[in-house]
Amino acid sequence: MEHVVKPPAEPAVSVSDLHARRGSRQVLNALSLTIPAGLVVGLIGPSGSGKTTLMRAIVGVQIVQSGSVSVFGQPAGSASLRRRVGYVTQEASVYDDLTVRQNLDYFRAVLGAGRADVGRVLEATDLGASAGQLTGSLSGGQRSRVSLAVALLGSPELLVLDEPTVGLDPVLRRDLWALFHRLAAEGTSLLVSSHVMDEAARCDRLLLMRDGEVLADDTPAGLLAATGTADIEAAFLTLIEERE
Amino acid sequence: MNLSRTLATAGRVLTQIRHDPRTVVLLLLVPSLLIGLVAWIFSDTTVFETVGPAMIALFPFIVMFLVTSITTLRERRTGTLERLLSMPLGRGDLILGYTLAFGLLAVLQSSIAVLFAVTVCGLNIAGSIGLLVAVAVADAVLGTTLGLLASAFARTEFQVVQFMPLLVFPQILLGGIFLPRDQLPEVLQAIGDALPLSHAIDALTAVASGSEDDAYVVGKLLAIVAWIVAAVVLASLTLRRKTP
Repeated sequence: MEHVVKPPAEPAVSVSDLHARRGSRQVLNALSLTIPAGLVVGLIGPSGSGKTTLMRAIVGVQIVQSGSVSVFGQPAGSASLRRRVGYVTQEASVYDDLTVRQNLDYFRAVLGAGRADVGRVLEATDLGASAGQLTGSLSGGQRSRVSLAVALLGSPELLVLDEPTVGLDPVLRRDLWALFHRLAAEGTSLLVSSHVMDEAARCDRLLLMRDGEVLADDTPAGLLAATGTADIEAAFLTLIEERE
Repeated sequence: MNLSRTLATAGRVLTQIRHDPRTVVLLLLVPSLLIGLVAWIFSDTTVFETVGPAMIALFPFIVMFLVTSITTLRERRTGTLERLLSMPLGRGDLILGYTLAFGLLAVLQSSIAVLFAVTVCGLNIAGSIGLLVAVAVADAVLGTTLGLLASAFARTEFQVVQFMPLLVFPQILLGGIFLPRDQLPEVLQAIGDALPLSHAIDALTAVASGSEDDAYVVGKLLAIVAWIVAAVVLASLTLRRKTP
């Protein structure tokens, strides 16, 4: 595949004055932010802070009231972006009544990716040994890795991962973060949400969210320096107190 | 529209069903068992000669409607539908893929039902058996596509189960099984004549009794096919890539 060389200044995502509701609740209110390309950006905040709604808007599956979301300069959800953006929902979106390999084979065909891609993502997510097992018979952590493996198919330029490391054992969690950084080093942009503060330190940049607003948009080191705190959790608390 | 994505989807649906042998058995045999029950009930009368062909229309239609609508609804609830729609899969590719997969099952199911009705239940067929099977298959595929349409509208399992009495029962009541349609009140007769299942009942009854020529049956067959196409188009248009 041919990649157009982009000037480093172009962000992966830019959101401007975004309003969105989930059900009857106004979740995002005049949200504006940009996500730089080629980095692992952490979207950190408690549950209910609007992380998932923002991610859905970026992927283009969320109906928004007003505002704009553009990905690589095109409106979110454009047909041309469907190959370039990989999305992992919190719940594993895979077929339980297919084996791991059958899941990957199907999504590969839908994406039009090469056959060799299945082996590559199995290896990247350490699922090679369970490729022949029914997905429904796997543990929760394994199922969510299958969902991640599907998102890696076709090597999308932007990966939107909603809490991909929940319920995983520490070794696996470390391996996945190493994978995220490897992908970023190869030029992929990643947006990874988490409500676990200790994961924040592993990101290149952080977006701290609360009640549908961005409290901070900085590097982990920059955030600690600006708040004069020693860890991200304390920095988050300081920012909340400053607001109130 | 893309042929390889449509075929990949059909293959995936069939693979899913293959992992559930009990469903396959139920799907293929239940209509025949019900036809056998009706034949048994009327074994000392000549009623089965009259209603038998209508039963070949009825039971596969209902079974395919239910199975299809529940299967596609499950796809919506597990998040795989949203994932697919964020990928370069056309809405028509998905609907057609399902139609092909269940269409293949419909061919098997209807052939078994016709064979069972003729050989075991002793239903006399004056016209061509080939034409009878063709109408029966089209009728079962019609059940599938109406099921797809229903689940494109429905948001929950409860709603799908409600669509069954809403979309299917009136067709049974007005199809001429309980009372010949020309004896219905004028308005109901007009509605009954237009409903898709009526065409299938008319065609199967005509083939069985030999009361009409083949051109009449082919005309009815084309009317069923027109309903199938309309349901596929409508279901494709009803699917939404973005949700609240």
